[in-house]
Amino acid sequence: MTQLFDIIASAGLWAAILRIATPLIFGTLGALLCERAGVLNLGIEGIMTFGAMIGWLSVYHGADLWTGLLIAAIAGGVFGLLHAGLTVTLGLSQHVSGLGVTLFASSFSYYVFRLIVPLANTPPTIAPFQPIAIPGLSTLPFIGPAFFTQTAPTYLAMLIALLMAYIIFRTPVGLAIRMTGENPHAAEAQGVNPMKVRYGAVIIGSALMGMGGAFLTLSAFNSFFPTMVQGRGWICIALVVFASWRPGRALFGALLFAFFDAFQLRLQTVLSGLVPYQLFLMTPYILSIAALAVMARRARVPQALMQPYRRGER
Amino acid sequence: MRFERREHRPLSLLIFTPVVAVIAALALAGILIAIAGAPVLDAYRRILTGAFGSRLSATETLTRATPLMLTGLAAAVAFRARLWNIGAEGQFYLGAIAVAAASSKLLGNLPAPILIPLLLLIGAVAGMVLILVPLWLRLRFSVDEVVTSLLLNFIAVLFVSMLIDGVLKDPLAFGWPQSQSVSDHAMLPKLLARSRLHIGFAIAIALAVVVHFVQSRTVFGMQSRAAGLNPAGAVFAGVPLGKTLVKVACLSGGLAGLAGAIEVMGVKGYVTTDLSPGFGYAGIVVAMLANLNPLGVVFAAIFTATMFVGADGMSRGLGIPTYIADVTVALSLLTMLIALFFTQYRIRR
Repeated sequence: MTQLFDIIASAGLWAAILRIATPLIFGTLGALLCERAGVLNLGIEGIMTFGAMIGWLSVYHGADLWTGLLIAAIAGGVFGLLHAGLTVTLGLSQHVSGLGVTLFASSFSYYVFRLIVPLANTPPTIAPFQPIAIPGLSTLPFIGPAFFTQTAPTYLAMLIALLMAYIIFRTPVGLAIRMTGENPHAAEAQGVNPMKVRYGAVIIGSALMGMGGAFLTLSAFNSFFPTMVQGRGWICIALVVFASWRPGRALFGALLFAFFDAFQLRLQTVLSGLVPYQLFLMTPYILSIAALAVMARRARVPQALMQPYRRGER
Repeated sequence: MRFERREHRPLSLLIFTPVVAVIAALALAGILIAIAGAPVLDAYRRILTGAFGSRLSATETLTRATPLMLTGLAAAVAFRARLWNIGAEGQFYLGAIAVAAASSKLLGNLPAPILIPLLLLIGAVAGMVLILVPLWLRLRFSVDEVVTSLLLNFIAVLFVSMLIDGVLKDPLAFGWPQSQSVSDHAMLPKLLARSRLHIGFAIAIALAVVVHFVQSRTVFGMQSRAAGLNPAGAVFAGVPLGKTLVKVACLSGGLAGLAGAIEVMGVKGYVTTDLSPGFGYAGIVVAMLANLNPLGVVFAAIFTATMFVGADGMSRGLGIPTYIADVTVALSLLTMLIALFFTQYRIRR
């Protein structure tokens, strides 16, 4: 029992929570933006993988870290354009198109990586983002080391969450996005072009997914390896439902999820030998399923989610 | 530019669609091969000879196609009813580990003619059990089954990893996490001597024919198609939607579980966590390439297996990463999607 308390009271746990949450925040916000406009983007797992790969590769070839992050965002946007082309213009099944994007983006990532970086015993590394201590706040006892000595992309993720909440609920652009996700025909009658809104939301949302992937290689780790995204994309899709399509709750959900993840990692060392470690590794996935089951009926799904929009065709 | 729905679709269009899609995917992958600095036509020639150049490689390709046919069928039957079972990978592993457990712990002493069908059944049931979780969540809590069935893949592989590290661990494997082997007489008979091609290949083809018959000639087949085309309309027409989905799910999960069982009993003999190089996910592409047609799945699976087996040889010869096979297969899913669109719509200026 005292051991459990020690874990929760350690600043290391709370610092880890923010680190673990960051890629989830980026990914969840990206998926949320797509879905608010009515497009489910199951390409997320692959887009995150590609972002992780291309961000790392750019920095490895001499780009600075911010340029690497930007390149990952642009690459994410390009995959978003592909998904939007298939689902918005052609109106194909959003499920199948998203899975196609995921399968293509992840295998393409591995292909490009292997082509440029030959097989080696120790994977090549880069110098990742370093933690920034925010003056004044970082010296606060306990919360200082936990919340105010993170790497720059973590601060950026929080900022984007707040910005997105503001845009979606307080600006005309946000209104257009929400209308398109609820009822594109009504949106069109109000002079909004649902096609353009969907394209924009899917491209920007996918760019955020690419950044979430890049965080893994540019900040959390310093090298790329296949399967490093490990289902984080699918967890983000579950978190969007958990968040009821609200950016603020997405931030909270990602942090809550990261809390359990960081906690199980530490619990694992305490209980090693007593409980198979695989049970701990299962918890993030079981939690995601549980979150879906709890929230699915309460959440208000954007009404036009997964419905293709064609002018004059219902 | 506008798209206009086609009044009728000529049969030739439906037959040529997959061919055009595959050629387009091969052309796109060819660009990637060319960028890597390798001769494209030589690369494709090597893939073809690598997959079918000798008796050994040809039987190897068909052996590899066997689980793909079954996971492809699993995806095809589910997708046709708009049941998005993305969990074939997990169902595959659960089928595999159930067979290993039943054979080594319970039933190993039964004679082969009873043991083999029983183990195949156990594998199929294990796959069914796993898919019933996301289906229950969908019917009870209206949770989209895409994410839940997918997350269960991770859980299933970890579960298998736990068993082969624990109760099912083979003490003779020098500490390597590997399940106990199934007994020798539980192994599937070979279809051809001096090869790894086993009777599971014939079973997979037979099942494709059976599924095709069930889908096109039975009430259940019609109901499952109606459930996919228009769920609300189907309910109005008196189709029991919940019951139909349960049946579809059992068929789909059962096929994926059977794929795992057959891979263990036909090829490996034991379970490790790398038993499947993504058979469950490749099955999705196989199903799409076949346009969800069970007989088409047989050919789509052979195409996919050709890419995977052939890419190994090409990779050794030309230094192109073997991942080019996965890229080509994924690209063919995307090109097939676009091609299918143009069987339904035409461009109108």
